[in-house]
Amino acid sequence: MNAIEPVSRGRFLGTTGALLVTIGASPQMILAQAAGGTSPSGAPDPHNVDAWLAIEANGAVTVSWGKVEQGTGIQTAIAQLVADELDVPFSSITVLQGDTDRTPDQGFTAGSQSLFAGAVPVRQAAAQARRTLIQLAAKQLSVAPETLATRDGAVISTVDPSVRIPYAQLVPSGRFDQIIAADVELKPPSTYRVIGQSIPRIDIPGKLDGTFTYVQNVRVPGMWHARMIYPRRLGQVASRVDVSSLGTLRERVQVVHEYAFVAVAAEREWDAIVAARRLDVVWDGGDALPAPDRLDALLRATPAQTRVLIDTGDVSTLRSAPKTLRATYHWPFQSHASIGPSCGVADVRADGVTIWSATEGSHFLQRSIAALLGRGVNDVVVKYVEGSGAYGHNGADDAAAAAAAISARIGKPVRVQYMRGDETGWDPKGPATLIDLEGMLGDDGKISAWSAHVYSPTHARRPNGEAGSLLAGLLLGSPPPHGFFIGGDFNAHTNYDIVNQHIAVSDLASAALPYSSLRGLGAPANTFANESFVDELAHTVGADPIAFRLAHLSDPRARAVLEALQPAYRPGRGVAFVRYDNKTYLGAVVDLSVDQNKGAVELRHVWVAHDCGLIVNPDGLRNQIEGNVIQGASRALLEAVRFNADGVTSVDWATYPILTYTTVPRIDITLINHPDQPIWGAGEATTLLMAPAIANAIFAQTGARLRDVPLKFKS
Amino acid sequence: MPTSSRSDTDQRFEITVNERPRTVVVDPDSPLLYVLRDTLGMDGTRFGCGLGQCGACTVHLDGVAMRSCLYPISKVGKQHVTTVEGLADGGKLSALQRALIEAQAPQCGYCMSGMVMTAAALLKRTPHPTEAQISDALDANLCRCATHLRVVRAVRAAVG
Repeated sequence: MNAIEPVSRGRFLGTTGALLVTIGASPQMILAQAAGGTSPSGAPDPHNVDAWLAIEANGAVTVSWGKVEQGTGIQTAIAQLVADELDVPFSSITVLQGDTDRTPDQGFTAGSQSLFAGAVPVRQAAAQARRTLIQLAAKQLSVAPETLATRDGAVISTVDPSVRIPYAQLVPSGRFDQIIAADVELKPPSTYRVIGQSIPRIDIPGKLDGTFTYVQNVRVPGMWHARMIYPRRLGQVASRVDVSSLGTLRERVQVVHEYAFVAVAAEREWDAIVAARRLDVVWDGGDALPAPDRLDALLRATPAQTRVLIDTGDVSTLRSAPKTLRATYHWPFQSHASIGPSCGVADVRADGVTIWSATEGSHFLQRSIAALLGRGVNDVVVKYVEGSGAYGHNGADDAAAAAAAISARIGKPVRVQYMRGDETGWDPKGPATLIDLEGMLGDDGKISAWSAHVYSPTHARRPNGEAGSLLAGLLLGSPPPHGFFIGGDFNAHTNYDIVNQHIAVSDLASAALPYSSLRGLGAPANTFANESFVDELAHTVGADPIAFRLAHLSDPRARAVLEALQPAYRPGRGVAFVRYDNKTYLGAVVDLSVDQNKGAVELRHVWVAHDCGLIVNPDGLRNQIEGNVIQGASRALLEAVRFNADGVTSVDWATYPILTYTTVPRIDITLINHPDQPIWGAGEATTLLMAPAIANAIFAQTGARLRDVPLKFKS
Repeated sequence: MPTSSRSDTDQRFEITVNERPRTVVVDPDSPLLYVLRDTLGMDGTRFGCGLGQCGACTVHLDGVAMRSCLYPISKVGKQHVTTVEGLADGGKLSALQRALIEAQAPQCGYCMSGMVMTAAALLKRTPHPTEAQISDALDANLCRCATHLRVVRAVRAAVG
């Protein structure tokens, strides 16, 4: 992979600077906009209110945005934000998402940025719309705008209670045709009516009665069902495909075979499944995968460029001081392990291409599939349809690309449904990393020097407009994609007050398995290392883990989180604290028991304190934190992708187990609300705390310090 | 070049799904899951693994929870098939479904059809389960978003 340069998270997600830059998301796109590049014709102009809002004649409000609901609750949250900003009933709002024909390009739904950054232009559009509605009403009534207000979808007079003009009457075309002014102001928190309330989620009822349309349920007239036959590992080529092995199925099945891309398609789903099992394929070539027990050596030897993130004071004392503590922490390849294997539907026709996908980035997928098919970007429409939880870049884009490639070749609409082995086996993995730490305490018992070195590849190899950024593209012979480094440095630094610090990251050029973004990116590994090491340092002076952390934190919001956890802590429990992405403050205490004979760890109770600024939907937030606790604990205790020289062997739930009902802990959450602060993200943060808090608890109980995830206590 | 989707090995099966008689002509080896989804267009039952490992595909056969992804259509016979679409009584959701909505249990919700069917079967045999009994009964239904605690609370709340 040819690395371009490291990119800050803000640039990658297009969230730095002014409104203009919050729209685009890739460095390339930001550069295009800076150079005067324009959106493709037909796409909504993101500077205009109409890109984000429409008001129907009956008063219904449509919100259009580029961030997508994946079960995190942001669809409901954005409706809450608009309901208050525009003064319309929550129930009047419908949210459109991730449709390249109808919603603005907001890059990826990723990085816990949807409400912090993705919601900004939507709220600004709503504020501009309300300002415009008042101006229109003032003109119509010949009164001063200051005498008017908005309420429940209408402009009202503050002096004459009989005056009420519904919005739809003021904008009968439904369009505002208004540029969002740079000085438009959002309403203050004191006016919030539904923001901050646990409004029931819009998407939930359909998920309980079986009516919810997942992408796995999309049906297109004339559609055929397809199944992929993937090689054992990248680099292999299908040298022989024996169609006669299909037997009588041959009459009902089409076979696609091109280089390393092999698929079967049939009108009936079961025929495609049986055909995929029966088809005799000979795979050749492909470099053997590295041995899993040599991963550390491989990480240290992979070609890399090293960057220094922080260099303050003088850490040279660490080299020679007798009391320097040194430790290396290891994080494995992990899978998204989505419950619903990915599914993509494609209808490739001469007059246009339509894709239905659970992609986290509709516009990036649009550009990438256009490149894959050799079509113009304007020929391709991608429509987001929710799949199962993805937790990052899972198989969703690749399933859609496979469907597109097959549809183009057989001349029919095609649905590719990944089987279990396709999803668990071939989702791009969260990559393996390792972190070296060195630290020492001064005579005052505080950390006097801290040095960290992270070895990590990039944590994002998402669709980027190149055919080779899609698995189908690679299998069809496209060159591997260009990319940039992101994620390896996330939370590589701590937020502790330490004078002498040196934090470096080696950006590795490659990884042993196909890899990309998994929840938290590099932050879970880095926080595991940091928060384990802080505990190790605290232990050398017998310090209480919370008091020790507080002694290094002057930030009042950081202190408030730890102080909220103090009642839950006692010796034998494990603590962890982090400030996710220099935003959300959070900490956890874990209570567990270790059966030293069986080597089994049983989670009993987890306490979390969480400050993410303004809370839009408290119950939705709690649901996310609970999910992060359990999924994060599962990754900490159980999860590592298995592989051998031949290929990945974690292909189902037996070979990649996760926590289940009888193994989940009790969870207590303290939410700290700051309504006057920005909405910081919560979709990933609590995951970061689980491995270190668990490791710290195991140490407190047994004296065994575990530095490898998954945390296996050896009896 | 494929000419027809029918096959000589197809057989005709008459089954009862959610109290309605249905007739399908399919390969007798087709698992019930694909007959429900692909043949009958009933999408409420989910495909999760096709290996019987995750429970997303759970339906009832004569009230007993069964993984439809491994159950061939040829074995269904006269057993009454109930899917999540059939739990509602004349359009009114079951107490269990209402409790899960009230608890705001789902995140992505993909596992929920299977959860509901497994929990409903539990409540048939154990009308007032303890939390431990609920966890045990659902243990083989996987949830990756990790909404376990909410589901258990909701099942308890459903029975009062």
